[in-house]
Amino acid sequence: MPDNLAVLVSTLLHGLPATVAATLGGIGLTIVLSFAAGLALLSPLRGLRVISRGYVEGFRGTSEVVQLFFIYFSLPLLIGFQLVPLWAGVLVLGLNHGAYGAEIVRGAVQSVPRAQYEGAVALSLTPAQRMRRVILPQAVLEMIPPFNNLFIQLLKSSSLLSLITLAELTWQAQDVLVPLYTHQAFTIFSLVLVLYLLLALTITGVMRLLERRAGRMLGRRRPARSRTDALVSTVGVG
Amino acid sequence: MDRWDWGFALDILPDLLRGLLITFVATVLGSVLAYSLGLVFALLLRTGFAPLTVVVRGFIEFVRSTPLLVQLYFLFFVLPQTFGITLGSLTVGVIGLGVHYSTYTAEVYRAGIDAVPRGQWEAALALNLPQRRTWTGVILPQAIPRVLPALGNYTISMFKETPLLLAIGVLELVGAAQQAGGNAFRYLEAYTLAGLFFLLLSYPSGLLLRRLERRVGLAS
Repeated sequence: MPDNLAVLVSTLLHGLPATVAATLGGIGLTIVLSFAAGLALLSPLRGLRVISRGYVEGFRGTSEVVQLFFIYFSLPLLIGFQLVPLWAGVLVLGLNHGAYGAEIVRGAVQSVPRAQYEGAVALSLTPAQRMRRVILPQAVLEMIPPFNNLFIQLLKSSSLLSLITLAELTWQAQDVLVPLYTHQAFTIFSLVLVLYLLLALTITGVMRLLERRAGRMLGRRRPARSRTDALVSTVGVG
Repeated sequence: MDRWDWGFALDILPDLLRGLLITFVATVLGSVLAYSLGLVFALLLRTGFAPLTVVVRGFIEFVRSTPLLVQLYFLFFVLPQTFGITLGSLTVGVIGLGVHYSTYTAEVYRAGIDAVPRGQWEAALALNLPQRRTWTGVILPQAIPRVLPALGNYTISMFKETPLLLAIGVLELVGAAQQAGGNAFRYLEAYTLAGLFFLLLSYPSGLLLRRLERRVGLAS
């Protein structure tokens, strides 16, 4: 056990607020964009579908690092001002993961049985009521496990923000501690990895709670979940 | 539009293409490592030997829950310091990508193996095939083709994550763009072109994989 462990840990913990802020901000933007783009993908209006398809494929088709560098370094040349790292980071994390989230929302809404639509029509609910009262409550339950995986991906991606000098967890390790205590890199990065693991476990814990709550509101018991279904749907193009 | 300089874009194109080549090398080698190591993990998890499966499962969860960037830094500093292994940064990058993605491919193989009907196992048993032949002759030849699209999706994901290697000094596509743009303080052309390259390569391959998936994919 190194004798400067307290210094290492406290320096790393200084980066925690920025990591948490970027992750929470990114999650907020992701949720908004996922629902907006995901529902737009199902819209009867062709124009809306084309726009959201363009957004989804554009952000899923390019690298997150490129998006980050473009927004942080290139965009200022076009718009005349530079975003502070945290806002640029939240924007990129939200835009990128929102594109993946849109597919989750679309898939979940489509997975609600056809009879539920027909029942809502038979009760002469308006399209808005049908969506809000019947379809979405059931779809949201389906979305929670894949969104859990997506949010963990987002947490992991927040480490990229160290590349645009946001003083978050990874930056504290790589740019503050490593130059000072290079020979202790093993300890430093092990601590960082453990901190990320704890954050990921926190996200999973919260999402499990939400899932149980959403299930109870529908009067369902805890659904049997399949790990792989959730995993395959968040990563890659499929 | 005077902010976009076509001449400069053309000037830096050769550098970017050289970077793209490195990106390809990293993606291909990383995939080879991820595909093989993932299969090893999947098979280890099926041994049913509790201490082993606990360790492998723990490793997979740990690697999956932590950022690839930090794992790359870890390998980059710790391999030479603690283990005395000095490797080039591209090699370290390939190891990082491969190990990270093997934890995902392990899950893909597991799903593929689970999807082989029970009757196939029973038939292999009835024919008194040895363990080895059961795997190489019966189970894997049915499991692997069906998971190829899912594996391919991870290759595309990996392709899009190779720019992380610039953090440990690999001059792949985005690293090359950074350097080319930095020399002239012109970042617009470099990053736009890098983004276009990614889109032009990963979108069509995604479409191809979707077609492949429809033909051979798991029924689920």
